[in-house]
Amino acid sequence: MTSFMPPAQKNWWAVPVGRQEIVWIGIALVWCLIMFFMMPYWHMYGKQNISNEGYRVTPVKFQAKVNEMIEKYKVREVGAMKIPVVAPPEGSDVYLMARLWQWYPMLELKKDASYRLHITSIDWNHGFSLQPVNINLQVVPGYEMVLNVTPDKAGEYTIVCNEYCGIMHHTMLGKIWVKE
Amino acid sequence: MAQFRQCPDTGLFFHKEAENLMKANAVAGAVCLLIAGILALLVVLTRWPAVHLLPADAFYMVLTAHGICALIFWVIFFEMAILYFAGSTLLRSRLATPRWAWAGFALMIIGAIMTLVAIFQGNSSVMMTSYVPMRAAPSFYLGLILFAVGALIGCFVYLGTLVVAKNEKTYEGSVPLVTFGGTVACIIAIFTIASGAEILIPTYLWSIGYISHIDPAMYRVIWWALGHSSQQINVSAHVAVWYLIAGVIFGARPMSEKVSRAAYLLYIFFLQLASAHHLLTDPGISSDWKVFNTSYAMYLAVLASMIHGLTVPGAIEVAQRKKGLTNGAFEWLRKAPWGNPVFSGMFISLVGFGFLGGISGVVMGTEQISIIIHNTIYVPGHFHATVVIGTTMAWMALTYLLIPVLFRRKMILPVVAKWQPYVFGLGMSLVAIFHMAAGTLGVARRHWDMGFAGNPLGFEYPATAYLLMGIAGVGGVIGVIGGAMYLIVTVGSLIFGQPLQKEAGFLQSFGVPLADSAYTNEKPARLPMAPAEAVESHHDHSEFEAPGTFILAMVLLVSFVVYYFINWKYLSEVWPLS
Repeated sequence: MTSFMPPAQKNWWAVPVGRQEIVWIGIALVWCLIMFFMMPYWHMYGKQNISNEGYRVTPVKFQAKVNEMIEKYKVREVGAMKIPVVAPPEGSDVYLMARLWQWYPMLELKKDASYRLHITSIDWNHGFSLQPVNINLQVVPGYEMVLNVTPDKAGEYTIVCNEYCGIMHHTMLGKIWVKE
Repeated sequence: MAQFRQCPDTGLFFHKEAENLMKANAVAGAVCLLIAGILALLVVLTRWPAVHLLPADAFYMVLTAHGICALIFWVIFFEMAILYFAGSTLLRSRLATPRWAWAGFALMIIGAIMTLVAIFQGNSSVMMTSYVPMRAAPSFYLGLILFAVGALIGCFVYLGTLVVAKNEKTYEGSVPLVTFGGTVACIIAIFTIASGAEILIPTYLWSIGYISHIDPAMYRVIWWALGHSSQQINVSAHVAVWYLIAGVIFGARPMSEKVSRAAYLLYIFFLQLASAHHLLTDPGISSDWKVFNTSYAMYLAVLASMIHGLTVPGAIEVAQRKKGLTNGAFEWLRKAPWGNPVFSGMFISLVGFGFLGGISGVVMGTEQISIIIHNTIYVPGHFHATVVIGTTMAWMALTYLLIPVLFRRKMILPVVAKWQPYVFGLGMSLVAIFHMAAGTLGVARRHWDMGFAGNPLGFEYPATAYLLMGIAGVGGVIGVIGGAMYLIVTVGSLIFGQPLQKEAGFLQSFGVPLADSAYTNEKPARLPMAPAEAVESHHDHSEFEAPGTFILAMVLLVSFVVYYFINWKYLSEVWPLS
């Protein structure tokens, strides 16, 4: 009768397909193609795309860039750990480093200004999860992602780590302030 | 000389060696499910904000063990049983090289124990993904390698069995659709395990100091060819189980052998590309690569699943209509045996996999939409719909079928069995839906404390997120109760169920052979082709054979389209990025 017996016809591949299946396959195929072309479409006309710019990087080199930026643009320090807050100028390169268990440094950005945000990790995998706007990026050690970001709403934002990175993973937070 | 017995109820032929291997693998799978279920309860009760049961280190350890035990050990042990069933039992063939199959089984057991011991020793809390350069104990990787080698042996035994069956002409015509699906699962499994070897063997050597460096980005690319493809084995296998159950319960035949098999072929060609889903927000990988691969080459594997989504219920509808249930669009479905857990489990698996798992999987696997979903708790929400509601539920439904047939025991507690798929399905649907909802609000996965208590920087997710995680917690507890009901009925039946054959004693439930007297040395008669039914000829191919199913399929499509574009809308509201 059935699905667990050999097909009833020796030449089952020659049995014509019913209209219902053909109609459904046609509809499903069109939908699949729409979904596929949405992705290149969004690259051309959408505003939220992951950048293709990435480099191999070593912790030493990246840390040097971070320190250079802090030296130039530090505006204050936060908390007992004295984590620096930097306010880099519009359009500049901004370096954000993930490490166990900290986002370093903190950033103060201007609303509607664009920045070239460089992100990497100097130890393990981390997850950049910017809340409450909900932007999530994988941060892989040895690789630097360069992303053009344009914060379009003012407020206090928190970077949660959402890639498991060891026993204190849940304490790893960072801050970005966006000012009018 | 191969010994066979014929099940008097179903007419299926069991080769003695294959039968024992199926039992041993199924029971090993059930033990893994038991462990995974207990661990699941601990995870659920920790992530439920109001309960927050475990301390952080124990939580990460338990979460690692839960993932590996459920997602790897339980499903793959059971898949081995399914392969032996599809190769040997369905084809009426002896199993090729049973000793190798036992060796593979032994390796899988040793590997599973080794990895679990490594995790519970406490220094391998690296999550299932074990991303380098985070380091686990060497025995963690070695256990996984042994387990994979054992499974690989099982795959080759299956392929060997196909050759034996062909040579010994145990069946006429082409292999049955279910066996075809099993073969697709087997081929994908070989690809998956080879990828696993390619990354886990170097990682093991790195963990013992023989290799100095594993590139973290390369690790992610190749690991996901193991991690995601292993879920594609599940998809192929549980679709085969859906077809099997449709055939057993309703006498359903595939609407079109050609369409169903072609859909399976699309799985072989394109399904594994989907491992790119996990890398969409990674640095250093180009958008071209991401777009092509995450779409399984223009979504041809999604097309395949959408085809099965029509043809499985469609086959049931056609069979039901032939029995006279022709009133309206849905009489065939209303009058289906909803009290039979084999059917209800299978149908909940089908609907849950399609509506919850399938739609969410494609949406989150869209290159740009991944930005608002990657590594949030949306992800576990999605894969609990695919792997738990889809795969695990299908395995459960199949077990209810196999207990009398394979284990020769009468099921105990039929009322519990009757309700089990509903309880489990409800609980896991709550888990899936409310995790996805919380993920949309940004809640992180694999995270011990969403409240960040005592953190000087401080951060609060919206209050709604706590409510959603609480509801998911309630759902998780209901799901665990449903899982416990399954284990009580199945394991209880193996121990206390009335033997349907006098030789089927306690030990025989766990892989020890039945007495020789149960078997004959006679070769089973050749498996005939399915009887030709008038249906193909009388049918004029212009009308819809299964109109009710078509309506259901369109409901799926509309939900899919709406949900897909809602997520684009969400995405368009985040900061511009390029």
